[in-house]
Amino acid sequence: MSKVEHKSESGSEESTGECAAGDTKDDKGLGLGVIFFILAFVICFLSGTLLFPKLLYSKKEQPFNFDHKLHVEQTSDCESCHALREDGSFNGIPKLAKCMECHSETPLGETKDEAVFAEMYVAKEKEVPWYVYSRQPDCVFFSHAAHTKTKGMDCVTCHGPIGTSTTLKPYEENRITGYSRDIWGQNIWGIKKHSWDRMKMDDCAECHKKETGHQGYCFQCHK
Amino acid sequence: MNKNDKKAHKFGMVIDLDKCTGCGSCMVSCMSENNVPFKEDESNKKDSITWMRVYKLTNGKSFPETEIVYLPRPCQHCGGKGDHGHSPCVSVCPATATDYGYDTGIVSQIYTRCFGCRYCMGACPYHARYFNWWDPKWPEGMEKYLSPDVSPRMRGVVEKCSFCYHRYQAAKDKAYYDGREDIEENEYQTACTTACPAGAIVFGDLYNPAHRVHEIVKPDPHPASINSTVVGKSRNPNVFRLLERLGTNPKVYYLSEREWVRKAGDNYLAGEWDKIKNHHGSESHG
Repeated sequence: MSKVEHKSESGSEESTGECAAGDTKDDKGLGLGVIFFILAFVICFLSGTLLFPKLLYSKKEQPFNFDHKLHVEQTSDCESCHALREDGSFNGIPKLAKCMECHSETPLGETKDEAVFAEMYVAKEKEVPWYVYSRQPDCVFFSHAAHTKTKGMDCVTCHGPIGTSTTLKPYEENRITGYSRDIWGQNIWGIKKHSWDRMKMDDCAECHKKETGHQGYCFQCHK
Repeated sequence: MNKNDKKAHKFGMVIDLDKCTGCGSCMVSCMSENNVPFKEDESNKKDSITWMRVYKLTNGKSFPETEIVYLPRPCQHCGGKGDHGHSPCVSVCPATATDYGYDTGIVSQIYTRCFGCRYCMGACPYHARYFNWWDPKWPEGMEKYLSPDVSPRMRGVVEKCSFCYHRYQAAKDKAYYDGREDIEENEYQTACTTACPAGAIVFGDLYNPAHRVHEIVKPDPHPASINSTVVGKSRNPNVFRLLERLGTNPKVYYLSEREWVRKAGDNYLAGEWDKIKNHHGSESHG
């Protein structure tokens, strides 16, 4: 102990002594070191924040653009297309048959996207290969019925204001896990401002703890 | 939801060994229902995975007294000592990859959380847990037949019977849709139960006196008089559990009218069986 104290004392003495003496050569080395450290930190920080997400996520365009706002104006709700089935399961993104309740081979409007839809998918009776932003990992079980029907939760709480959007953003897929970026959230630090910013297990657990007093047992959300 | 909650269930099973013919339908239905991978050489039992496994027992006597009984063994979903939820496997898992659901009494296994240390396999007295030494290999095109309700496992994790929990999830979904509070007995039945051609397996809620499993087992909710760690001992003299005296409190009960079969459920010292064979759950409790 005393040895250590002695060492540190002598060390500090030495450095103060150097400063007092004004040894310019050593000062320059220290200054360069500090500059190098700051520079390296800034480069690493910026590449981590700006470059890393670009490296981590690959961008994929949806088959064609879908105007949610326009459709909500026509149907006035989400449930017209995204609905519960009679067995209580959720239909997710509707199949072509659902779209064809309104659409046919001759477009209803004049948008380029609808023309693509009518020509490429309706005419050929081919399902649209949408990328699902909120697709959860394989091991997750989620009951839409429990949340929307029994507890009356709003779609926006988890999915955000998708109903007012006019364009579809590119689908970003994590190159390592294959999951959508919307699970982790847009913010690379994992900071969230709205309830719909992230869809991780912690976010489910957080709300469950608040609303039901317990985050639930594993099998409540896993399969 | 805690264990004192009135809405809590305790799902369990009673298997009539006098009805079981050893046909193996339960094993087959379980494997296909739960995406259980099979191996090129299924005779290698160190490698093969069987959530439900049928064992063959004999009374060890020579002809003409030879008797054979087949004993299907799913995960026992132990409640642990005193039935407090400290199952042998749950207690030892360092990753919380398996937990005890106090709302259902079902022991979970979360494959993405498991890192394959296999402590749980060592802790399980029933050999109900299996390790994936290899990634599953499905024959060409067969992956299209996998159930989307059960996540397939990868190399390096442990798996076991879940009492077909996905069927409970589906039944609850339907109940939510209909605006019902709870599910009916017939809405949630495991694959092995529905597949058994002899009707030897009965599945239901051990807390619900209206369920058939409760009618057969008549579980004593109080600790047993000779071993306080044992809870839920059957008041039916023909019903027993495997290694019951350990206090693991399995939710899988077995039924047989033959004494040697009931004796085969545990290991007894000389003379021990005669002392305890007439100890059943107390009749005095409702």
